[in-house]
Amino acid sequence: MSKWNRRAALTAALVLCALPAFAAGEATPDALEKFSAAASDLRIGVDTVWVLVTAMLVFWMNAGFALVESGLCQAKNTTNILAKNFIVFAASTISFWALGWGLMFGDGNAFAGLQGLFFLGGADNSPALGEAYAAMNPFSTTAYQGVYSAINWTPVPLWAKFFFQLVFAGTCATIVSGAVAERIKFGSFLVFSFLLVAFVYPITGHWIWGAGLLGANNFRDFAGSSVVHSVGGWAALAGILVLGPRLGKYGNDGKVHPIPGHSMTSAALGVFILWLGWFGFNPGSTMAAMNGTAIAHILVNTNMAAATGALGATVAAWVLLGKPDLSMILNGCLAGLVAITAPCAFVSIGSGAVIGLIAGVIAVLAVVGFDRVRVDDPVGALSVHLVNGIWGTLALGVFYDNDVATNIAALATGLSRGAQFLVQLKGVLYVGAFAFPFSMLFWYAIKLTMGVRVSREEEFEGLDVGEHGNQAYPDFATHASSFGGTGMPAHAEAHAIAMARTPAMAEP
Amino acid sequence: MKKIEAIIKPFKLDEVKAALMETGVQGMTVTETRGFGRQKGHTELYRGAEYVVDLIPKVKIEAVVPDALLEKAVIAITQSARTGRIGDGKIFVSDVADAVRIRTGERSEGAIS
Repeated sequence: MSKWNRRAALTAALVLCALPAFAAGEATPDALEKFSAAASDLRIGVDTVWVLVTAMLVFWMNAGFALVESGLCQAKNTTNILAKNFIVFAASTISFWALGWGLMFGDGNAFAGLQGLFFLGGADNSPALGEAYAAMNPFSTTAYQGVYSAINWTPVPLWAKFFFQLVFAGTCATIVSGAVAERIKFGSFLVFSFLLVAFVYPITGHWIWGAGLLGANNFRDFAGSSVVHSVGGWAALAGILVLGPRLGKYGNDGKVHPIPGHSMTSAALGVFILWLGWFGFNPGSTMAAMNGTAIAHILVNTNMAAATGALGATVAAWVLLGKPDLSMILNGCLAGLVAITAPCAFVSIGSGAVIGLIAGVIAVLAVVGFDRVRVDDPVGALSVHLVNGIWGTLALGVFYDNDVATNIAALATGLSRGAQFLVQLKGVLYVGAFAFPFSMLFWYAIKLTMGVRVSREEEFEGLDVGEHGNQAYPDFATHASSFGGTGMPAHAEAHAIAMARTPAMAEP
Repeated sequence: MKKIEAIIKPFKLDEVKAALMETGVQGMTVTETRGFGRQKGHTELYRGAEYVVDLIPKVKIEAVVPDALLEKAVIAITQSARTGRIGDGKIFVSDVADAVRIRTGERSEGAIS
């Protein structure tokens, strides 16, 4: 404790020199203490505002996911997809509160948290800081005491930490929604979301962010390319394999029959919202506002990779597929964002641009590749979150810069790029080896108890009516469900809607 | 009396309608529809895979005209609906046995003038 008192006195004295109000002769120990306490409160307030506002931006990514996923699916399943994207954050909230947080951040062993497991019930005197993190709030005079020591480096109250981490857990769960869209039972999805956020997400999260077996051994993932995106991707892949492809997607002749999304307007708006939300996701992961250089570096790196990701996908689609398909450009932008999420605070801006560019190209190749092996992912969630979550995690090693890691992330490992890459590769394998089989286990358990897939008839008619009893667009009589499993081409539907509204048509 | 059924490109509707009214045609019925001809639709591309859109959106205009007006009306449609490219559509002409104006009970050509 003596270290704390000494530091407080020192910083208070420094501040006093700069403030005329505290003339040297008038400064009493009492005044020093009061000033130090006020400065500490101010520091905590600023950091808390930063953490909560960026968390709100990440929360808003739910809207982005809802629009992207519904836009890239058929009109007849829109209500269902929106309902899934809406309810998944509600489920995550309860699940992460009840157990997820405790497993992830509770003190425990290398595998999982064991203390303060339920409802954040463990002791915790946040925003007090761990001994090693005194620099995060030089005015604080108390040291951290509690059971969530893995996250005692950020000078914010416990509930701010919880909400920030919750929106990340929610993002992981919502990734699954798009991949399993247009054929999964609503109730089964809901149950899986609870299980994912209660068990799978927090355990791999503990390994990396909870002082577990990876984070404690030089593995680095700044904002969650692995923790959030790969884990969501593995869970999604397991779901797709248990469900099988949508009816009519793959012909017996081996041909891929595309099922075009019903609104590119929704999809594009959704990706803009996600791009904006990522400015909370990555820069907010500093979980403190005072290192302006770090926040700026991370934000620009994030934007850089989004931009080059979009450009990379544009060029790749144009060259390889013949046209710059908008849905590919959107996936490419998201791929860049996912890929830069781990390395944003460990690599230079130039490296960020290269990481994003490669991510955009990978996204296009992955979409085509998954179709070739008949893994039906309606929105490209695997190509974006799984494949590029892995790429981003590895890219941290490939482009690792110890100066950036020291000044921006403050999590330098001192390793060479080659060595860091091997550590990252090991982490990728560990995460996959846990997240994929455990998700599979949960999916099978759900399949055996309540079933996962809607009936063939319901799939043809649309899940809107089958699962929820009504349609997303009841006035648009032109897209009758009879267009069925092959889907109605988006342009035809848009045209039909436009024609229905032409005044000339109204009075024959 | 003849019935003209013209299947045209949807964006040509306003032009064709105006041209027909200029010839003295008194009424018409317009339907959104889909179809294909010799070309069998076209291919589109989505996420790397091609697919055939064989039933292309079209507009069908139906108008019943007195025999005297038929040739003028057919020419008006042909000229106003033509772009010179594939998919401009077709015109079918058939005999109409009778017509009734429901409000007044008028019959035959009296019902359509």
